[in-house]
Amino acid sequence: MGDMQDKPVGQAGASPRRRFLREVAGVAGGACLLSLGVGLYAKQASALPAVALRPPGALAEDDFLAACVRCGLCVRDCPYDTLKLAALGEAVPTGTPYFNARQIPCEMCEDIPCVAACPTGALDRSLTDIGKARMGLAVLIDHETCLNFLGLRCDVCYRVCPVIDKAITLERQHNPRSDRHAMLLPTVHSDYCTGCGKCEKSCVLPGEAAIKVLPVKLAQGSKAEHYRKGWEEKEAAGQSLIGEQIELPARGLEDKAYGDTRVLPGQGPVPATPARPGSGLDSGWKP
Amino acid sequence: MSAATTKTARPRIGAEAIAGKGWLGAHNWLILRRLSQLGILALFLAGPWFGVWIVKGNLSSSLTLDLLPLTDPFLLAQSLAAGTLPYKEALIGAGIVVAFYLAVGGRVFCSWVCPMNLVTDAAAWLRRRLGLKGGKIPSGDTRYWLLGFMLLAAFATGSLAWEWVNPVSMLHRGLIFGFGLAWGIVGGVFLYDLLIATRGWCGHLCPMGAFYSLLGSTALVRVSAAHRSACDDCMDCFAVCPEPQVIRPALKAAGQDHPVILDRNCTNCGRCIDVCGKNVFRITTRFDRSES
Ligand code: SF4
Ligand code: SF4
Ligand code: SF4
Ligand code: SF4
Ligand code: SF4
Repeated sequence: MGDMQDKPVGQAGASPRRRFLREVAGVAGGACLLSLGVGLYAKQASALPAVALRPPGALAEDDFLAACVRCGLCVRDCPYDTLKLAALGEAVPTGTPYFNARQIPCEMCEDIPCVAACPTGALDRSLTDIGKARMGLAVLIDHETCLNFLGLRCDVCYRVCPVIDKAITLERQHNPRSDRHAMLLPTVHSDYCTGCGKCEKSCVLPGEAAIKVLPVKLAQGSKAEHYRKGWEEKEAAGQSLIGEQIELPARGLEDKAYGDTRVLPGQGPVPATPARPGSGLDSGWKP
Repeated sequence: MSAATTKTARPRIGAEAIAGKGWLGAHNWLILRRLSQLGILALFLAGPWFGVWIVKGNLSSSLTLDLLPLTDPFLLAQSLAAGTLPYKEALIGAGIVVAFYLAVGGRVFCSWVCPMNLVTDAAAWLRRRLGLKGGKIPSGDTRYWLLGFMLLAAFATGSLAWEWVNPVSMLHRGLIFGFGLAWGIVGGVFLYDLLIATRGWCGHLCPMGAFYSLLGSTALVRVSAAHRSACDDCMDCFAVCPEPQVIRPALKAAGQDHPVILDRNCTNCGRCIDVCGKNVFRITTRFDRSES
């Protein structure tokens, strides 16, 4: 307003005060619109893509975006160059740290230097045991290309997992294709998986991995709290809540416990020869 | 205005100062300032480029020699508005920065530290050289409104709203961590200053500058037109000053009787000291109201 003395003020009908008010209204309106635009942009662009994982200890995404000042100190102190600071134009909110497990996973440093470096608390220092980090959750996402699901023994994701046999186990399952091998299915357990992404990184498939680490929100379904699980109820109550079940014998399995359908070789009924060769589970196919 | 128009044949802005003090003498403060800007940038880049980790991070928050935390108070203010209370490192870091600029003048950040100043100075220089005039200049108060609304937006969205577009932090982060499309935003500021509004960004819009100018309202270090009796109205200081409106009250005794520039938007850049052939200006404190 300093230059008001210089200019002839009195246009007809516009007192200085009114002109001042009009100016203020214009400026404030413009600034308000701009802020609104920025605010809306910030809101709608804040969805994190599925491949971008936050460093260990990161607050829930909303709180993280409020706390992280985009300084990159976490990036600098990560000894494995895992973390990147998002540049404008990337799908990750500009300036915030993230990593892509398929490129460089988190090595789960024991002293968690990235968390120690963060001055704002966007990475929470109450995380002192890296095993408790939940950067994401691994999911065996493609059952069609995973070599173990094809009945082969790859197991690489299982073997590289720093929390092997807890975060990821190999679940043995009958292989109906060969009928004489087991399939060892990599199975992730959310209680232990830190989301470090070493499994995804090391998956031997040439392009995309069959096991991927996703943000927990994407990886995990909600619990079906409204369902009561019979076996848990039974254990809690010490007995079945709906009384004893009638057990009907299954033909050919007469001397088995109820529900046990396992058949030893040479035991039980001989299956009828399949109508056409090449069909049916035991088709004689050999790998 | 009469002085400038009658001396139509004047060669270049600052020519008289160069003739009087020599080129170096007429660029003292400018050189110091560029050294400061580039030196600070070099400290930040020494790590990623040469592995010499004196300073880590960026202007938003940094750690010097693994000891001294510094945090941008405007970013921290956004963060607080968004509803988080940062760790004490960030709070102490912001405290140190605030204390420093309270003493030397908030907008010293703008002229001596901010990397965007190099961009907007370049635009202003080119504009003078090309003799570009006109354009649509927003009110200088826009920045304060923007500042207020940006803190509101941070509060409403629960995120550091301004940081989604802030060209200043994007430029600095880009230089250190890699640019992406941020060049576009920085280029936009340059073209805006060059073609649309003289000193449009720093002088009228940047909410960060507004924040620092509020911070510097009571700053100790100030420029004074102490030798104002010698002024011959060449207007060179007005031409180079990024916030020319701050000079008039002190130089021309408009609304104040002492020669100290108290306006919080003076960036203490010292360009007026350099460019004045009559040595009218000097750097001093806000309490030194003497004339010489
Ligand atoms: S835990 Fe270690 S490897 Fe993982 S992000 Fe942090 S510093 Fe990097
Ligand atoms: S150190 Fe903290 S504030 Fe800085 S970029 Fe990393 S998470 Fe954000
Ligand atoms: S992400 Fe993979 S490697 Fe890392 S803990 Fe989880 S299962 Fe293991
Ligand atoms: S006004 Fe903004 S962009 Fe300009 S120098 Fe100051 S902080 Fe930097
Ligand atoms: S103060 Fe110096 S530069 Fe400014 S108008 Fe007077 S003589 Fe010119």
